[in-house]
Amino acid sequence: MTQFTLSAIVMALIHATGWTVVLSLVSFAGGGLLGLVLLFARIGKSRWLQILVKGYTELFQGTPLLMQLFLAFFGLGLFGIDVAPWVAATVALILWTAAFLAEIWRGCVTAIPKGQWEASASLGMTYFEQMRHVVLPQALKISIPPTVGFSVQVVKGTALTSIIGFVEVTKAGTILANATFQPFTVYGLVALIYFCLCFPLSYSAKVLERKMNVAHRH
Amino acid sequence: MSYHFNFDWVATYWPVFLSGIWMTIQLILVGGICGIALGIFCAWARTQGPRWLGWIVAIYVELIRNTPFLIQLFFIFFGLPAIGVHMNEVAAAMLAMVINLGAYSAEIIRAGIEATPKGQFEAGASLAMSPIQTFRHVVLVPALQKIWPALASQVVIVMLGSSVVSQIAVQDLTYAANFTQSRTFRAFEAYFASTLIYLGLAIVLRFALLRFGDMIFATRRRATR
Repeated sequence: MTQFTLSAIVMALIHATGWTVVLSLVSFAGGGLLGLVLLFARIGKSRWLQILVKGYTELFQGTPLLMQLFLAFFGLGLFGIDVAPWVAATVALILWTAAFLAEIWRGCVTAIPKGQWEASASLGMTYFEQMRHVVLPQALKISIPPTVGFSVQVVKGTALTSIIGFVEVTKAGTILANATFQPFTVYGLVALIYFCLCFPLSYSAKVLERKMNVAHRH
Repeated sequence: MSYHFNFDWVATYWPVFLSGIWMTIQLILVGGICGIALGIFCAWARTQGPRWLGWIVAIYVELIRNTPFLIQLFFIFFGLPAIGVHMNEVAAAMLAMVINLGAYSAEIIRAGIEATPKGQFEAGASLAMSPIQTFRHVVLVPALQKIWPALASQVVIVMLGSSVVSQIAVQDLTYAANFTQSRTFRAFEAYFASTLIYLGLAIVLRFALLRFGDMIFATRRRATR
């Protein structure tokens, strides 16, 4: 029987952490882009698009991410696409992230006081100009803390992709726990790795939020 | 696309789904009630409790909020037996849900307590109430009332998150879908059905929690009016 040293376990876990980071970044970037499209549809003038995006958001926020992963894994196959776990994982996480980011950002846009719209309208700005020069720059500023905060959810969400067979740090942990018979150590280390990834993000979200509140009080 | 959807399996497998739904409901009932109770205690510890307890709670909250639920579950079910703490899969799932919701709801309830005007604490003290009495009779209920919608959302999130407990062989709704697809090879249909059931459960749970909130806080609102 092979003996696993602690350093060997740690090295294997850190190696797999790379995939957690890559998947988190891709999901966040892709989800951000799609979320932006959804945001404009949601706050735009077309009623149909509004209802469509609202339904999309309800669907993705009201069902488990695990189910979305399963549906992507087995559902894409129905279209004759050969689905590797990483494809299903990326697709599902992007769709899921987009739903949440669009909703967060919509809140930021609607938080802009009505007077700002009226003031820019009275300056003869078109809808596009109002958005571009008045509303979005202000909404962008208040959207930063909750967006950074949500990135923690994305990192934690990638853990579920281990269930459809994507080998990131959780899956590596499961494999190692089975091979080494040291589940306490292995899962403790995996938890520590996630903590090291997530804590800086959630801490900076908290700091940014506090700074924003101070700025508001002036 | 030449795939034909086939839902014939429903006739045979609906009891599996039914018992899966019942397990998911039991999990969120226990997890929700005990989790909120733990959250109230932790919120008290952080705002009014002794300093050392506040620190322990702060570390607990940050540890839970910055690690995935799946890892917490694996740690409890696979990790703890290694140091002699054994429990069955349902107990492990419930414990994980309580610990998880406890941390999140502690932060939400703390926000409610911190939004309580200082005069409320002083008014309680001036009536010769002990700090605990003031917390229990004066501060807690209005604080809960303020943050109830956020707390309801968090309970729904934990219910949806509970789908991963099938990974430690708890026979919940997700387990029912896994079981059915492994017997019938109708994977897409099985997961599609359970996704819709989860959506329904989420809508019903949110509605029930908000109505429950209206009910328990109704007398208060009438009294303050």
